[in-house]
Amino acid sequence: MAATSAMDSLSSAATSAVKSLKLRTKQQELLIRVSTLCLIYVLAFSIRLFSVLRYESMIHEFDPYFNYRTTVYLSENGFYEFWNWFDSESWYPLGRIIGGTLYPGLMVTAHLLHRAISAIRFAVHIREVCVLTAPFFASNTAVVAYLFGKEVWDTGAGLVAAALIAVCPGYISRSVAGSYDNEGVAIFALLLTFYLFVKAVNTGSLSWALASAFSYFYMVSAWGGYVFIINLVPLYVLVLLVTGRYSMRLYVAYNCMYVLGCLLAMQIRFVGFQHVQSGEHMAAMEVRNLNDGEVDSYVAQLNDLQAAVVWQGIMIVVWKPKLRDAVSVRSFYEWWRRRRSRLLIIGQNSKEVFYFLDYVKHLLNDPKLFNDFLRITVTCAVSVGALAIGVGTASGYISPWTGRFYSLLDPTYAKDHIPIIASVSEHQPTAWSSFMFDFHILLFLFPAGLYFCFKRLSDATIFIVMYGLTSMYFAGVMVRLILVAAPAMCLISAIAVSATLKNLTSLLRSKSKVQAVSSSKGTSSTKASMKASLDQSLPFQRNGAITLLLGAFYLLSRYAIHCTWVTSEAYSSPSIVLAARGAYGGRVIFDDYREAYFWLRQNTAPDAKIMSWWDYGYQITAMGNRTVIVDNNTWNNTHIATVGRAMASYEDEAYEIIQSLDVDYVLVVFGGVTGYSSDDINKFLWMVRIGGGVFPVIKEPDYLVNGEYRVDKGAAPKMLNCLMYKLSYYRFGELTTEYGQPPGYDRARGVEIGNKNVKLEHLEEAFTTSNWIVRIYKSSATF
Amino acid sequence: MVKSSGSDDARALIRSLRVAYSATPTTLKIIDLYVCFAVLTALIQAVYMGMVGSFPFNSFLSGELSCIGTAVLAVCLRIQVNKENKEFKDLPLERAFADFVLCNLVLHLVIMNFLG
Repeated sequence: MAATSAMDSLSSAATSAVKSLKLRTKQQELLIRVSTLCLIYVLAFSIRLFSVLRYESMIHEFDPYFNYRTTVYLSENGFYEFWNWFDSESWYPLGRIIGGTLYPGLMVTAHLLHRAISAIRFAVHIREVCVLTAPFFASNTAVVAYLFGKEVWDTGAGLVAAALIAVCPGYISRSVAGSYDNEGVAIFALLLTFYLFVKAVNTGSLSWALASAFSYFYMVSAWGGYVFIINLVPLYVLVLLVTGRYSMRLYVAYNCMYVLGCLLAMQIRFVGFQHVQSGEHMAAMEVRNLNDGEVDSYVAQLNDLQAAVVWQGIMIVVWKPKLRDAVSVRSFYEWWRRRRSRLLIIGQNSKEVFYFLDYVKHLLNDPKLFNDFLRITVTCAVSVGALAIGVGTASGYISPWTGRFYSLLDPTYAKDHIPIIASVSEHQPTAWSSFMFDFHILLFLFPAGLYFCFKRLSDATIFIVMYGLTSMYFAGVMVRLILVAAPAMCLISAIAVSATLKNLTSLLRSKSKVQAVSSSKGTSSTKASMKASLDQSLPFQRNGAITLLLGAFYLLSRYAIHCTWVTSEAYSSPSIVLAARGAYGGRVIFDDYREAYFWLRQNTAPDAKIMSWWDYGYQITAMGNRTVIVDNNTWNNTHIATVGRAMASYEDEAYEIIQSLDVDYVLVVFGGVTGYSSDDINKFLWMVRIGGGVFPVIKEPDYLVNGEYRVDKGAAPKMLNCLMYKLSYYRFGELTTEYGQPPGYDRARGVEIGNKNVKLEHLEEAFTTSNWIVRIYKSSATF
Repeated sequence: MVKSSGSDDARALIRSLRVAYSATPTTLKIIDLYVCFAVLTALIQAVYMGMVGSFPFNSFLSGELSCIGTAVLAVCLRIQVNKENKEFKDLPLERAFADFVLCNLVLHLVIMNFLG
């Protein structure tokens, strides 16, 4: 939006400069448009560089470390090695087949970028390329948003959309420099696919549909969110069919895109046959790839559910008697997943049938004959269908399944049943405040944009409306999916802004024109100016328009300020280096994580196995270069539960588990000294829940007192003596952390700890970082 | 009685369908034949899969999808070159055919990759 205001300041400056060049109006407009777009391109890139300026060029958070590690491997060993890579450093003793369990799009992109930069003789380390991949793709997304806006509405809306998305916090949160994650390139691919598809629908050209299929292929290779596309596009086609807006163009675009996209998607090994047997594969994926893919498979679930709602609506009409069956959501859900592909095929077929009928109708050119034709074919189809359903029900192939309709609308399903999904904060339902935080004025421009879309309904606007509404729903379900909604919000809001501004300015212009020309109303042919000249009698119209314009600019500039503020304050911290304000207002940096990982790299045996909670697995393998037991690709719940059980047991029991897993070092994260609140003690209840989910020995109530989680004197005895407590608070009782508090005062939780005299029998403290954030213990078997 | 009227209707229907279809230009008829051939091949493969099983699943899929893809692309081409479709008035015949060839090229390259 700085760009929008820049656009206007620029336009005034540019017009004067351009006039001296003696260009025609059209050329002037083109020049202004292109230069604005260039500015937006630069802006989108540079606003994401706060983190590099504040800290340094480094990879952020957890998952990006895995991506970085695989990219380094790819650039060092080449593509074939990468594709066949069996990683023995993670999931000890199981290992992980990297090539078959990741989306390679991001790594390949960064690798190719690196190669391209090297080819023009810029000697850059691969890390810098990885750090800047997300901002680069964000700039490209802005360009795609411009093209998309142009396709859906007009160039003005396109420009505004590009400006809005360049700085939209919902998108920035996942694409700052250093946030080297799949989403960084995937949002670009998502928007590109949608743009190309809409373009294909508008032109009915096979080559645009082909381009869309390729873009979809890139999306599939980059992020599991592709299921959103492959569900939204058929839904869109269905809506167009139902509303009677079907066309030959739609048929050509959709079929070509669907068939080729489907085929191309299957070339990605991780996706494989999912497109044709989604049910089976989805189930496997859910287990295999809970964390990396869990959101993705969760999106898939949601899409399935959403499609299920539609189908159920249809089916309930057909199949009333079984409505009252009280069967759990789960079983329906299983059923749906198994049948999904088939139902989609039915959906597909019904469309074919629809076009075929239309064709026959056209051929016959006679309503009576057509009705006969319809009657005969429908009778045949219904009787065959009834026979199939009868046989299916009798043989138990189709299980009774209606009646779970209402529970389907509850999207919190996965969270209630799978604690490992619930334990990640970004999977919580979105609060209103975070909507406001991430979208700001887009939040109320969105409905206005919807109004304009409905006012000028076309195939393209229907698409954007559907994209907006479905993605808004998903954004409400899970914080992380705000990202998917951000482009739609920006586009629809851009339509609102652009249409409003256009109306207002035409009001101003036509008025002066009408006064100047006076009484020759016929010259202004556009609707808006006609209307304006008709409304001429309204008092203060000109002043009102000026006021509204100023108001709009005020809002947009607030948006720009908000976005910049949010980016610099909230979304640019790498979370691997922590920053806090010191007592005198200075900035204090805690670099304990890297300190600990480098200690591991320097001081432990190369084949040492490190046990920690899964959050830190990727970082330990990437930065410490050591083998870990579990990591952020949470594909094996039992393995994680074993670690959770070890952390939650008494030391001697835990030591047996540690020995059975061949662990040399145990790593815990502790924030009691610095007041860092997302440490292992605060995550501990999730370890208990996940551990208890597999091993019933671990019971959550043992760690709570009257349902309350505490670490002070009143804590549960098991809590005070479990391994996690001991490792976190070992020697902590001797330390005075805050002036005026007794020794052993935990600053993260604000209490004095209950067990100050921690003795360890089987483990020995090996290393504690300078601010005590990471503590590493050595198993006594390692001596 | 219902049955007899039904069969009469059916006969009339088929007759008029044939009459209507015979007015189609020859080029379109050739495309129709091509589509029928592709669909027939797909059916044969499906039947074969039903008898033998779908073990190398990627091979089966690529065989099946190449037929379906061919058919779909040919139908798209037919829609685009059909002069009665006003939506494609400004799309030249050559362009439509070039698009068709391009899509087929991509389709079959991918199929070859997928064949295993």
